[in-house]
Amino acid sequence: MFKDIIIGQYVPGKSVLHRLDPKIKIILTLAYIIMLFMLKSPLAYAAFAAATAALIALSCINLRFFLKGLRPMLFIIVFTAVINLFFTPGEALASAHVFRWTISVTKEGVRMAAVMFYRLVLLVTGTSLLTLTTSPLMLTDGIEKLLSPLTIVRVPAHEIAMMMTIAIRFIPTLAEETDKIQKAQTARGADFSSKNLIKRIKAMIPLLVPLFVSAFRRADELATAMDARCYNGGSRRTRLHESHIGKADILYASVYIAVCISVLALNAV
Amino acid sequence: MLETKNLYFRYRDEDLETGEVEYDEILHGINLNIKKGSFTAVLGHNGSGKSTLAKHFNAILLPSGGKVYVKGMDTADERNLFGIRSTAGMVFQNPDNQLVAAIVEDEAAFAPENLGVEPKEIRRRVDECLGIVGMTEFAHSEPSKLSGGQKQRVAIASVLTMEPECIILDEPTAMLDPKGREEVMRTIQKLNREKGMTVVLITHYMDEAASADRVIVIDNGSIVLDDVPKKVFAQVDRLRELGLDTPQVTELAHMLRHDGFDLPGDILSVDEAAEKLMELFGKMRK
Repeated sequence: MFKDIIIGQYVPGKSVLHRLDPKIKIILTLAYIIMLFMLKSPLAYAAFAAATAALIALSCINLRFFLKGLRPMLFIIVFTAVINLFFTPGEALASAHVFRWTISVTKEGVRMAAVMFYRLVLLVTGTSLLTLTTSPLMLTDGIEKLLSPLTIVRVPAHEIAMMMTIAIRFIPTLAEETDKIQKAQTARGADFSSKNLIKRIKAMIPLLVPLFVSAFRRADELATAMDARCYNGGSRRTRLHESHIGKADILYASVYIAVCISVLALNAV
Repeated sequence: MLETKNLYFRYRDEDLETGEVEYDEILHGINLNIKKGSFTAVLGHNGSGKSTLAKHFNAILLPSGGKVYVKGMDTADERNLFGIRSTAGMVFQNPDNQLVAAIVEDEAAFAPENLGVEPKEIRRRVDECLGIVGMTEFAHSEPSKLSGGQKQRVAIASVLTMEPECIILDEPTAMLDPKGREEVMRTIQKLNREKGMTVVLITHYMDEAASADRVIVIDNGSIVLDDVPKKVFAQVDRLRELGLDTPQVTELAHMLRHDGFDLPGDILSVDEAAEKLMELFGKMRK
């Protein structure tokens, strides 16, 4: 039950996208999201979708991973589209009377629904491109580097990254432990599969209490072990993998930006 | 290499309601000198103070009285902290709770990264140390996918990358299965014999202590026995008094002696026992 939790659902590979510097990828993904909400013309949307398709091809990742990423979002996407379909005011195409209310589908509503559906699907796909091609560790590393200029205004960039690394490291350990505790409590008669929601929530208490106690104990021991290996925060620290922005990164970023500008130009037409 | 002078340690225990302060004394006047290149085992039952002693060699705990020196550096002086911790590396009991990174290689790199070592040099040390503990092929694995023994070997490698002269292991095999124990023990022996590393092994397994060249038995915060393994384990009755077992073969020899057979009382290994028994059979046949 808990073993399948993987943050970021990284798919290892050796494609161009996999080898890019994480900093560049994070910044370009942010640019992608901003772009997505600036688009208006159908032509620009088509071009943007084509560019996204090209990126998916470039990542060499099976399309089914992207669909898997979309699945949990499907409800929200459909829900947003439906809400927009019925509740956008404008020129009515069809209307129905339900009790005292008049529900109508408007021309603007159809347009809005299509736009929202399209945007959300692209949003999930575009961000999946980042998480599918970047390992959680590279991602944390990139975040640390991007935040590091903010250390001047006392943002603890290294500490944030270190916490994320440790969290990633302990997910499987704690998941395994949860499994064990759950089995132990089931053996003692705890009911985790009751249909009654309140009963099920109550059953979580004997699961969470030991889990928290053990997590605190682990944290304490880990801190000692880190101390013993001369951990002293971020200053003076060197890295095994120094990430450098190479020629490939610059080339990729240039092409990316060029495509973005072209799409924006289409948008203005 | 490691030296304690009249080391005392107590926990301050304050009753929050009455404000009474009680002291729980764990170590009473330990005097020790551990030589460079030696392999010392520290034995004692639970609560004897053996882990507390180990934590003093790494300045994780500081003495309440007396002094601890690591290669001449006083552990109470904060300026020596990193020098001490990178000279005397420490490995802990629970392999799951001492690994920081999500990838084996990054784990091994953690300590030299903290010390600000050059990336190229870190690379060299990581490769070398993973090789020493035999984990090179797992360099890119996640620790959660390794067995207990493998995790503990990664923990050892992650200490070795500081290039310490001494390694202190606080019950490193207590949570492992027999196969994992054997892997870890083989690694420790290799470090001592081939690399000349000073090893202090805190343990409650007698057969592990038998492979050391010096055994120190701690009871109630004091050193009660301190000798070569043969001489320590020969005192079967004394050890039993202290709540410790002897290795099985030593116990067998002891029982046979008790029944009037002419066997030496300091047998430690199965091979040695077999040899002496064969000699005895030979004599009896004549």
